Amino acid sequence: MLHAAPAIEVDRLVKDYKTTRAVDGISLSIAPGSITGLLGGNGAGKTTTITSIMGLLRPTSGTVRVLGSDMNRERHRVLHRMNFQSPYVDLPGRLTVRQNIVTFARLYGVAHAKERAAELADELDLNEFLDRATSKLSAGQKTRVALAKSLVNDPEVLLLDEPTASLDPDTAGWIRDRIAAHARERGATILLASHNMREVERLCDRVIFMRRGKIVDDATPDELLRRYGRADLEDVFIDVARGTERQTETETAL
Amino acid sequence: MSARYSAFSPSRIAAMNARQWYVLRSSWPRILEIIYWPAISMITWGFAQMWVGQESGGTFTVAASTLLGGVILWDVLVRGSLGFSITFLEEMWSKNIGNLMMSPLTPLEYVLSLASMSLIRLFIGLVPVTLMAIWLFGFNIWSLGLPLVAFFLNLIVLGWSASLVVSGVVLRHGLGAEGMAWIAVFVLMPFSAIFYPVSVLPEPAQYVAFALPSSYVFEGMRALLIDGVFRADLMLWAAGLNLAYGAIAVLVYLRVLESARTAGTLLSHND
Repeated sequence: MLHAAPAIEVDRLVKDYKTTRAVDGISLSIAPGSITGLLGGNGAGKTTTITSIMGLLRPTSGTVRVLGSDMNRERHRVLHRMNFQSPYVDLPGRLTVRQNIVTFARLYGVAHAKERAAELADELDLNEFLDRATSKLSAGQKTRVALAKSLVNDPEVLLLDEPTASLDPDTAGWIRDRIAAHARERGATILLASHNMREVERLCDRVIFMRRGKIVDDATPDELLRRYGRADLEDVFIDVARGTERQTETETAL
Repeated sequence: MSARYSAFSPSRIAAMNARQWYVLRSSWPRILEIIYWPAISMITWGFAQMWVGQESGGTFTVAASTLLGGVILWDVLVRGSLGFSITFLEEMWSKNIGNLMMSPLTPLEYVLSLASMSLIRLFIGLVPVTLMAIWLFGFNIWSLGLPLVAFFLNLIVLGWSASLVVSGVVLRHGLGAEGMAWIAVFVLMPFSAIFYPVSVLPEPAQYVAFALPSSYVFEGMRALLIDGVFRADLMLWAAGLNLAYGAIAVLVYLRVLESARTAGTLLSHND
């Protein structure tokens, strides 16, 4: 039986920061068209993993391939086919929403950048503030604009780091719907790092749990619930995090 | 709608220039800042030139006539450098650098966008000041003709090289290093022989001066203003040194960029 090549392939990835090992030899393979959640407590290595997949971080060892390209050596071959959203970046506040979207459309080589900005404005309900300075927007509006930027090139691979952090439930739910719609309509591969278990349950076909730089579990949400005997992923998350604490206590005692 | 890949894209450079222009035109203090210091500097030195020219005589009066030329050309170097650095810092201030690094914009395209924006800022800042110099002091730097192109190019390229290195340092070490962007080129000032010939400097300092493209430019300017001679040999020396320093600056920038990728500072920056 033929299998489609993985959209994202991580092989024995290690990342050390001076004396700290942030990611410890993880391997994972993400199928095209899937939505995968990358979960773990603070410092588990999620952002380091996502940043390595973007090619913005050089691994200590191991390889990362996105759509067949080695992100350490030939990331520019594939950057126009992927995009990301992260709480660590912002869009220039002095530019209007329209100017920001058009700028990134042009950077990504999108034909008819202005038309694409108008299209995204309709899709993400941005028309009301399309010509307002981005710095003047509310947190929810800014998140919608950041999502527009991350969808501007209709990416085949979308990396999302906490896409709904600090949003009210209504806006967060609306953003999740847009992400799900993009995945469905485009057949896009999405890797999502989040602390919001409802978001993960709502969006993800598969969940990868990380702890202290390693992958400790990898299954569908239903399988994880069965495995841990829990009713929701929030409890599974707590089990995984408490497992870390118990292990740390044991190590300290030793 | 489809996204296309190309290894080098002038349209990506144009997109960056448009983005940088949006920022500049949206803020009148930014535009005022570009003109403010060159204008103040030119007016101050213009009066000094006027006084020295009236009170002295002989060689000193002739030498004094080059003061305004020195001030304006020094501002080409400083403004060229600052235009490059500040355009880069705007991305750091707005936390947009991660978006750019993750886009198909290549390092070369980004550097070319910074250089072209520096030219635009230089044009905005210096043209009004040169016109003021004609109006206030009867000093017309444009009358130097084609040699002025050689002076401008050599000074701007030197400013870009210095700023490229500083931008790399800021990218690697964060905004705590941004102060370097404002002062980097001033270390060249005493050795660039802006207002005096290189021969005035102590011998060890002369070696430093002869290693700087800027000193050849200012010697060339004096040769043109005082003797009416264009010293092509000096411009060739300056161009050769600029090629060497430009290549070193690009290598340093690329090396620091890799170092920033290793340290993980391309996405998150600390002071």
